[in-house]
Amino acid sequence: MSTAVGGSISRKDGWVKVTGRAPYAADHPIAGVAHAVAIQSTIANGRITAIATSLAENAPGVLAVIHHGNAPKLYRPENDFMSATKPGEARVVFEDDRVHYSGQYVAIIVAETLEQARYAAELVKISYAVEDPLIETDAALDSAYLPDEFFGEKLTTKRGDPDGALSGAAVTHEASYTTPIEHHNPMEPSASIAVWNGDELTLYETTQWVAGARKTVAQTLGIAEEKIHIVSPFIGGGFGCKGFVWPHSVLSAIAAKKVNRPVKLNLTRKHMFSACGHRSETKQHVRLGAERNGRLVAIDHDTVVQTSTVEEFVEACGNTSRFLYSCPNVRVRHRAVRVNVATPTPMRAPGENPGLFALESALDELAYKLNMDPVELRIVNHADVNEHTRKPWSSKYLKECYRMAAEHFEWARRALQPESMRDGNVLVGWGMATATYPGIRSPGAAKVRLLQDGSVDVISATQDMGGGTYTTMAQIAADVMGVAIERIRTVLGDSLLPPAPVSGGSMTTASILPAIRKAAQDALSKLRQLAATMPASPFTNRPHDDIVAEGGRVFPKGADPSSGLAYEDVLKRTNQSEIEGEGYTGPGPERDKFAFQSFGAHFVEVKVDPEIATVQVSRVVSAFDVGRIVNPKTARSQGYSGVIMGIGMALMEHTVYDSRDGSIVTSNLADYAIPVNADAHSIDILFVDKPDPFIDSDGLGARGVGEITVTGVAPAIANAVYHATGRRIRDLPITPDKLL
Amino acid sequence: MPDRRSVRLTCTLNGRRLSLDAHPMARLLDVLRQQAGLTGTKEGCGEGECGACSVLLNGRLANSCLTPFAHADRATIVTIEGIASGDDLHAVQEAFLECGGAQCGICTPGIVLAAVDLLERTPHPTEHDVRAALAGNLCRCTGYMRIFDSVLEACRRLSASRA
Ligand code: FES
Ligand code: FES
Repeated sequence: MSTAVGGSISRKDGWVKVTGRAPYAADHPIAGVAHAVAIQSTIANGRITAIATSLAENAPGVLAVIHHGNAPKLYRPENDFMSATKPGEARVVFEDDRVHYSGQYVAIIVAETLEQARYAAELVKISYAVEDPLIETDAALDSAYLPDEFFGEKLTTKRGDPDGALSGAAVTHEASYTTPIEHHNPMEPSASIAVWNGDELTLYETTQWVAGARKTVAQTLGIAEEKIHIVSPFIGGGFGCKGFVWPHSVLSAIAAKKVNRPVKLNLTRKHMFSACGHRSETKQHVRLGAERNGRLVAIDHDTVVQTSTVEEFVEACGNTSRFLYSCPNVRVRHRAVRVNVATPTPMRAPGENPGLFALESALDELAYKLNMDPVELRIVNHADVNEHTRKPWSSKYLKECYRMAAEHFEWARRALQPESMRDGNVLVGWGMATATYPGIRSPGAAKVRLLQDGSVDVISATQDMGGGTYTTMAQIAADVMGVAIERIRTVLGDSLLPPAPVSGGSMTTASILPAIRKAAQDALSKLRQLAATMPASPFTNRPHDDIVAEGGRVFPKGADPSSGLAYEDVLKRTNQSEIEGEGYTGPGPERDKFAFQSFGAHFVEVKVDPEIATVQVSRVVSAFDVGRIVNPKTARSQGYSGVIMGIGMALMEHTVYDSRDGSIVTSNLADYAIPVNADAHSIDILFVDKPDPFIDSDGLGARGVGEITVTGVAPAIANAVYHATGRRIRDLPITPDKLL
Repeated sequence: MPDRRSVRLTCTLNGRRLSLDAHPMARLLDVLRQQAGLTGTKEGCGEGECGACSVLLNGRLANSCLTPFAHADRATIVTIEGIASGDDLHAVQEAFLECGGAQCGICTPGIVLAAVDLLERTPHPTEHDVRAALAGNLCRCTGYMRIFDSVLEACRRLSASRA
């Protein structure tokens, strides 16, 4: 019987977090650790002509200065996400004298103390041959190219005849939408501590993917994967920037080897702006055609994004437009330009998030042209199947999301016309948008170990960056084992454990929980087999399948549980210290039959001060269909988290580059504004909570909730701002200067 | 090789008197984390913007990333490790645990200290008081909603235990 799954259970990792005892990467106490400081390029394009290191080398406490001229040979890893070798950028650190972007690592100092390393870093003099950098998308447009694929998805697709349909459409809308470069800025900067023991390396890491880190670092260093141990039990937020392997994880390793002792490399906040990815700027052009009744006849979604000169990463903005609404004629195209800016990487709902800003803003504009309620327009165009893949949805309750959120928000009281609602002097606007994110599942493995004291360890090499995996893993184990959740201990974030996928793509719940269920069932089956071997017991002469293990007790089938033994007594009386069950599960043929996708809707109220044009998001109601909710408490937290990040995207987040030298003007938390507590007002998170019947074969039916929550927030806000002010802002963020 | 310009200072750290050695201009943050081994104090920005490094210095909330070690001389310092008594959590910690005030948890030590500081001065804060007291703490995960809930819940628990 399911009791823990579905319960609002407090975080298993809460105690260590509120007491400051949770060991994040930079916190592991390592005897004799030396400190490294990474030096970044001050130019964005060119070559290093000389590195003068003697002053630094002779400074107090300095152990080594490493740069491309004296670094050990490193190897480019395979760079294949599917085989878990995914560096953030293909070029390896210190590969040559080329500089591709401002902030690229050009040297690293290792010293006894952090202060000494910092001081010596100031003494290194680097000379460059500077070439003109290409920083802005518009300046690079001539060289735009058509990348082929993004994680297996084609980036240019067409069905029907969009041009023909547009020219014959009763109502059309066409506009360009842009989103700026944004940085994840988890509150924990990345860190790496490298400890060599002979030819074996332990890395204490901030990684969303211990398995990926192990394999990628191994290939980069040119050593066997088995020689590397990645430890990452706690991560102070990631949002994507800790998913792939970035150069700092290799730098700490080569530095520790060079000085022959452990080395810690903490990135500063400034480093975080060029050292571990960002969301690319996007320029999107959307054309919509519709009939008078609102039925879409054409969607054309054309995107230009940036990538770096050392890697191809494409923010696939248009791919959602292929199936979010029913429409016979759809064209999607992505072009990329290579600029001298650090490499972009997935940031919470890569593609979907900026893509929906364009599509959902455009639909709102179309709704005004049609004089239609924007919810009604979306319902009229509801996609009953995925028209891109032509597969039925595994389950879809998007209309329910609109209904739930609209009702809770009291959307029916909205006046259709812009500038028609006021609160005293303040302009009030209501807007909405759809949210969506795929229901991804990957293979995953787990172990469940029953110990002699009756407690249970649930184990997998997955990660928890704050989403709640420590807790949800324990919940499913508690239910299958029939053991109280307090007696379950979660072990994760270590590459020695059974392999699990990246904590990205909102796939952890759907990938890991079924494996844990299998492992727990396996443990119970082994327990029954063990019971069947017990002489002089209630099970004597019974085959193991005539024995039941549930709710903490082992007993003969049909008998009262009290007639049997507690789990721990079976272990004690058979002298077993523990029993270990294993589970490995993955997606199967259901992936060919169904389209797995989560949906949701945001309804937003903004208040705009007409004098100074500041926007306050005074109320948000969001409803999501993400399959079964394993833990409403942690899931709702993911909702708040996504909504506030969407508020940041809509109103303030913007990384500014100096186009002359490519330097980042806003590389700190004062100049790169993220939402503060004054930006948080009323946020309500609702869930449909209906299990997806096909995503796993175990009836769990959870699709994951990490990323969908941010999608659609920014357009809902932009739509509300239009409703308040009559001003359509198509260029994020919506700062006061754009509204004045 | 220890820095030859280091000085020895004595302070009271989480109720214990002890001496620490470091350069007088070393960041208190680093001295706490490295010399004292108290890694609950976090670095989010290193320049006074995020509050992750908050400690109570002579009874006042301070960003330890901006505090030179010299200021620790004869000071009373409380870090997150000094908030619970043994395994008994402070009401603020209990409330953060139960209300979901901590997600990734990296901002939590600083925010718990800011909340403890607030409730010591203002036992019955309004929501506005809570917002003002936590204005120096950034959180990228929670959306702040549950942090407010946690502080107000802690306040209820503290008044109930006083009554
Ligand atoms: S680390 Fe001190 S305020 Fe951010
Ligand atoms: S809980 Fe992650 S930064 Fe606050």
